[in-house]
Amino acid sequence: MRIRAFVVMGALALGLAATPASAKTFRYAFQGDLNALDPYTLNESFTLGALGNVMEGLTKRDKDLKIIPGLAESWEIVDPLKWRFHLRKGVKFHNGEDFTADDVLFSLDRMRSPGSQIKTRAPADMKAVKVDDYTVDFVLTSPNPILNAEWDTWYIFSKKWSEANGATQAQAASATSLNPFALKANGTGPFIVVSHEPGVKTVFKPNPNWWGKKEHNLDEVVFQTIKSDATRVAALLSGDIDMMDPVPVQDIERIKASPNATVLTGPELRTIFLNLDSFRDELLYSNVKGKNPFKDVRVRKAVYQAIDMDAIHNKVMRGMSTNSAILISPLLYARAGEFKRHPYDVAAAKKLLTEAGYPQGFEVELDCPNDRYVNDEAICQAVAQMLSRIDIKVKLNAMPKAKFFEKAGPTKKYDSSFNLLGWTPGSFDSWNILENIIGCRDADGKGGTFNYGGYCNKRIQELNKLILVEADTKKRDEMIYEAFKINHDEVGVIPLHQQALAWGVSKKVKIVQRADNQILFYWATME
Amino acid sequence: MLAFAIRRLFEAALVMVTVALIAFTLFRFVGDPVNQMTGQDTPLEDRLKLRQELGLDDPIAVQFGRFLSGAVRFDFGISYQMKQPVTAIIAERFPATLELALVAALFAVALGIPMGVYTGIHRDSWLAKIFLSVSLVGVSLPTFLIGILLIYVFSVKLGLLPSFGRGDVVQIGFWRTGLLTASGLKALIMPAVTLGLFQMTLVTRLVRSEMLEVLRTDYIKFARARGLPERSINFGHALKNTLVPVITVIGLQLGAIIAFAIITETVFQWPGMGLMFIQAVQNADVPIMAAYLLLVAFLFVLINFLVDIIYVRVDPRIRIYGRAA
Amino acid sequence: MTESIAPSSAAAASSQTDRRKPAQRSRLAAFLDSDLLHSFLASKLVVVAALLTALIFGAALLSPLIAPHDPYDLKSLSLLDADTPPAWLAGGDRNFLLGTDDQGRDILSTILYGTRSSLEIGICSVLLAIILGLSLGLWAGYAGGRIDTAIMRIADVQLTFPAILTALLIDGVAMAILKNHTIEGGKFWILVLAIGLSFWVQYARTVRGVTLVERNKEYVEAARLIGIGPFKIMFQHILPNVLGPVLVIATINLALAIITEATLSFLGVGLPPTEPSLGTMIQVGNKYLFSGSWWMVAFPGVTLALLALAVNLLGDWLRDALNPKLR
Repeated sequence: MRIRAFVVMGALALGLAATPASAKTFRYAFQGDLNALDPYTLNESFTLGALGNVMEGLTKRDKDLKIIPGLAESWEIVDPLKWRFHLRKGVKFHNGEDFTADDVLFSLDRMRSPGSQIKTRAPADMKAVKVDDYTVDFVLTSPNPILNAEWDTWYIFSKKWSEANGATQAQAASATSLNPFALKANGTGPFIVVSHEPGVKTVFKPNPNWWGKKEHNLDEVVFQTIKSDATRVAALLSGDIDMMDPVPVQDIERIKASPNATVLTGPELRTIFLNLDSFRDELLYSNVKGKNPFKDVRVRKAVYQAIDMDAIHNKVMRGMSTNSAILISPLLYARAGEFKRHPYDVAAAKKLLTEAGYPQGFEVELDCPNDRYVNDEAICQAVAQMLSRIDIKVKLNAMPKAKFFEKAGPTKKYDSSFNLLGWTPGSFDSWNILENIIGCRDADGKGGTFNYGGYCNKRIQELNKLILVEADTKKRDEMIYEAFKINHDEVGVIPLHQQALAWGVSKKVKIVQRADNQILFYWATME
Repeated sequence: MLAFAIRRLFEAALVMVTVALIAFTLFRFVGDPVNQMTGQDTPLEDRLKLRQELGLDDPIAVQFGRFLSGAVRFDFGISYQMKQPVTAIIAERFPATLELALVAALFAVALGIPMGVYTGIHRDSWLAKIFLSVSLVGVSLPTFLIGILLIYVFSVKLGLLPSFGRGDVVQIGFWRTGLLTASGLKALIMPAVTLGLFQMTLVTRLVRSEMLEVLRTDYIKFARARGLPERSINFGHALKNTLVPVITVIGLQLGAIIAFAIITETVFQWPGMGLMFIQAVQNADVPIMAAYLLLVAFLFVLINFLVDIIYVRVDPRIRIYGRAA
Repeated sequence: MTESIAPSSAAAASSQTDRRKPAQRSRLAAFLDSDLLHSFLASKLVVVAALLTALIFGAALLSPLIAPHDPYDLKSLSLLDADTPPAWLAGGDRNFLLGTDDQGRDILSTILYGTRSSLEIGICSVLLAIILGLSLGLWAGYAGGRIDTAIMRIADVQLTFPAILTALLIDGVAMAILKNHTIEGGKFWILVLAIGLSFWVQYARTVRGVTLVERNKEYVEAARLIGIGPFKIMFQHILPNVLGPVLVIATINLALAIITEATLSFLGVGLPPTEPSLGTMIQVGNKYLFSGSWWMVAFPGVTLALLALAVNLLGDWLRDALNPKLR
C-alpha cells in the first residue's frame, strides 16, 4: 500500500517536474525599423545586428569584439596575398541545404552585385578560389592585414535556395519587382524568422539544427519598433516589453529605480565630433568675408578649448559618455590612452582668437542633426552656448537626419561651415577613420567622403596608404599614432566623446551588451 | 444630377494631378534618400550610381511623367526603405488607420452629442460649465502630450492598458482587424480617445450652439405651448436638426483627423498610415510620401463630393437661391 | 426654461434714463449700454477668461521688462544651472523661481519670452489664414460658377498637405531659394506660412457658405442694381455678416496654431532650439516627463492650457453674443 502510494506520489512529482515551464518569449523594441531582410541591400547597423541572429559570416565577433571562427573553423595567411579558409562541416541552412564552398563563392558574387550596399566588405579585386567543398582561398593583389575585419556582417547565402527563389542579385534600389529576400530570410544562424512585417513586427524562433552551442533559453523572440522615446520607456516600465534600446539618458535613473527593470550601460564605439570647414577660402555661413577663420589653427584650437566637455558629460549626457581626445574608441585602439584633450580654458581660447585676428569674434552657423545621435541637438546647443563666451556667435540649425546628411554631406557638396557628426568604424579599426573622416578629399567628395570639413594633411595621406598594407601590428599602431597626433596638434577635426550604450532590460532578462550595439539575443536568457 | 457628378469627377482628377505635381516638385526638398539607403562606408561612386538608378538626377518633368504613368496603374514603385511595393505597404497599414479614425469619431460623437445637448439645455448649470471646461482640454494641449499622459496613467501606473501597438489582430481577407480580439480592443482605447478628443470638443460645442439656436425658434415654443413633454421636444425635434451640421462638420474634419492621426500613431506606435508617412518623411522615402498624399487627396475629394450632395439635398436655401458648387 | 431675458430688460431699463436720440449719444455711452457688454458682464466665467487672456497677452508683451533673465541670450546661460527644480523644492534656487530646463534656461523667463514667440506665430498665422480665407471665400461665394469651383478645388489640394509637410517643404524651398543668405528670423516666417496655409480653408468654407446665402438677399440685389461694384459689395456689405463666425473660428485657431507649432517641434521642424517658444518648451519637457523633471513640461503646459481655455471661452461667449438668433 505504502509502496504504491509512494510510487504514485513519485510519479506525480516527476510529472510536475516534467511539465514544461511556460514559453519564454523575449520581446524587445528599438527606436528604428527592421526593414528589408536582405542584409546586402541596406548597410545599416541595426538591421545587420538583428540579422546576425539569423545569418552568419565566415567569422564572427565574441562578446569583446574579438574575431572568432564562424562558418569558417579556421584560416591561415598562406602568404600576404593569399588567405585560406577552412569551412565548417555539417552546417545546414534553415531550409535544409548544406553549407559548402559554393555558397561562399556565390555570396561573394552576390555581395558585389549592383544592388549591394556592402561592396566594400572585401577588396574589389579579391578573387575567391574553391579548393574543395570545404576550403576556399582568397587571392589578393595587395596585402590587407585586416581582410576579414568586416566579415562578421557579410552573411553567407545559400546558392541553391537563392537560385531557386530568384534571389541571386541583391535587390537594386530602383527595382520594380520584389526580391523574395525582402520578406524572408534563409541563413545558418541560431534563429529562424517566422514572420516579418516591415517597420512593425518581426517574430523569430530558435533553430533546432544549429551547429553551435546554445547559450540562450528562449522559445520565441518578438521584435517591434517603438519610435517615440517616452512610449518606449513606458512600455518597459509597464512590462509590455522585456528589453529596449536606447534609453534616453534622462530616464536611466527612473528605470533603475523601478521594480521590474534596470538599465545596462556600457561604452559604445561611436565617436561624436565637430567638423569645421577648412576647405573653402571663404566660409559659406559666416559674417567673415574674404578669408576663412577656420583655416587658422589658432581659431580651431580656440573653438576646441572653449568647449567644456565635463559640463556636457555631466549635464547633457548625464554621465553617459566618455570624453575623448581622438576620433576612435579606446576599445579599438590600444594606444588611445596616450592622447589627452587640450584643456578647457576660456581665457586661453579668447587669447588665441585675438591673436588670430578676431578679437570681436565672428558669426557662424552650426548644422546639427536632431534625431540621429544621443542628445545631438542638446550637445549642439551647449556648444553654441559655450562659444558665445568667446564671442563666436553661433546660429544653430537643427534638422532631421535626412536633411542634415544631404546638406552637410557630399550630396550638396558639403554645404555647411560647421557641423556635428558621429562615426563608428565598420571594420573596428583605425584606418577606416583615418581614411573616411580625416583623409583628404576634393570638392565633390572623392577621397575622404565623410570628411565634412575637408581637412587635409599630406602626411596623413601618406600614412594611410602605408597603414593599409602593414602587417606588423606594432609598426601599424605607430603609424596610426602619428596620424592621430597630427590631427590632434592641428585640430583638424574636434573630437568630443564616445557616447555610451543604454539598454533598458527587464530584471528577468540577462543579455550580453556588445559595444557595437548589436542586439544578439542568442546570448540572452530569461527567467 | 448626372452632369453634376461628371463635372465633379473631372475636377477630382484635376485636384489629384495638382497634388501630385506640387508634391513631386517639393519632394526634392525633404532631404537625401540616398544617404538614408546607403551605409556609412558606401563610396561616393556608388552613391552617385544609386542616384542615377533612382532617376533622381533626371529632369523634374521626366520624373513626374514616370510617376504619373505608374500612378494611373496603381503602381507607386518600391519603397526606398522597406524594399516593398508601396501599394502593398499602404494596403497593410490602411485598415489600422481607418479603424482608429472611425472609433475616434465614434467616441467623439458618442460623448460629444450628449454633452452638447446637456450644455445646450441646461445652459447655466454648474455641470454644463464643467463639461465645457473639460471638453476644452481637447483643444488646449498638444496631442502628443495628452497621449503620453494617458500612457503614463493607464499603462505605467495602473497597468490596465497596453502602452503601444495594436494588440492581436485577426485577418479577414486582406483586412487586419483589431476589433475582434480583447487585446486589440484594449489597445484601441487610448489612441482613439487621444485622437477623438479634439473632435469631441468640436461636436459638443457645435451641438450646444445649434441646440441653443433651435430651442429658441418659434416652432419649439409652439410645441411647448401645446404641452409636448420636454424630452420629446429636446430629442425629437431639436436634436434632429442639429445632427446634419454635425455630420457634415465631422466629415469635413477628416483632414484634422488624418493630420492628428500622424501624431497619435507616433506616440502609440500604431502601425497605420500616419506613422508610415512620418517615417517616410524622416527617411526621405519619396515613393511612400507621394502615394500617401495621393490617397489622402482622393479621400478628401470623395468626402467633399458626398458632403456637397448632402448640402444640396438638405439645405433648401442653396437649392433655391444658389447654384450647387 | 430659464433663459435669461435679462440683457434686453437691462438695456430697456437703462435706456429709460437716457431719452436723447440715438445719434446724439456718444459712441462710448452706446457701447457701455449695449447688449454685448451686458451679456459679457453677466457671465463671471467669461470675465475671468477675458482677464486671464489680457494678463497673458500683457505679460508676454512686456516680457523683456518683467522677465528675471533673458533666455535667448546664450552668453548668459550656464550649462551647470541645467535641470534645477523649482525654488520651493529641495535643490531649487531662488534665482530660478520655476526651475530651469535642460540647457540652464530659467523656466519662468522662457515662458514669458516663449509665450510672446508663440503668440506672435499664432496671431500672424491666424491673420494670414483669415486674410487668405476671407478673400477667397468671399470671392468664391460671390462670383460662383467657375471661380467658386476652382477655389474649392484649390482648398481640397491644400487640405491634402498636413501642416507638418507644408512646413518641411516650405523650409526646404526657402533654403533652396535663399541659398547662403539667411533671413533674420526666417524660421519664424516659415512657420507662420506653413500654419497659416493649413488653416485658411476653414475660413474660406464658412465665409463662402454665408456669402452664398447672403448674395441672393435683397439688399445685395439692390446694391448691385444701383451699380455698386462687386468689391465694395463684398467688403462693405457682406463682410460684416461674416465677421462673427470668422471671429469664433479665429479664437479656436489661435490655440490650435500654438499647439501646431509645438507639434512641428515634436516632429523636428520647429523654431531654432536656442530660442524656444511655448510649444518648443512643451516638446522638450515631454522628454523629461518620466525622469522626474516634471517642471519642464508642467509649467509651460499649464500656461498653454490656460491660454487656450481662456481664448476659447471668450470665443464661445462671442459667438453666443453675436448670434442674433439667441437674443
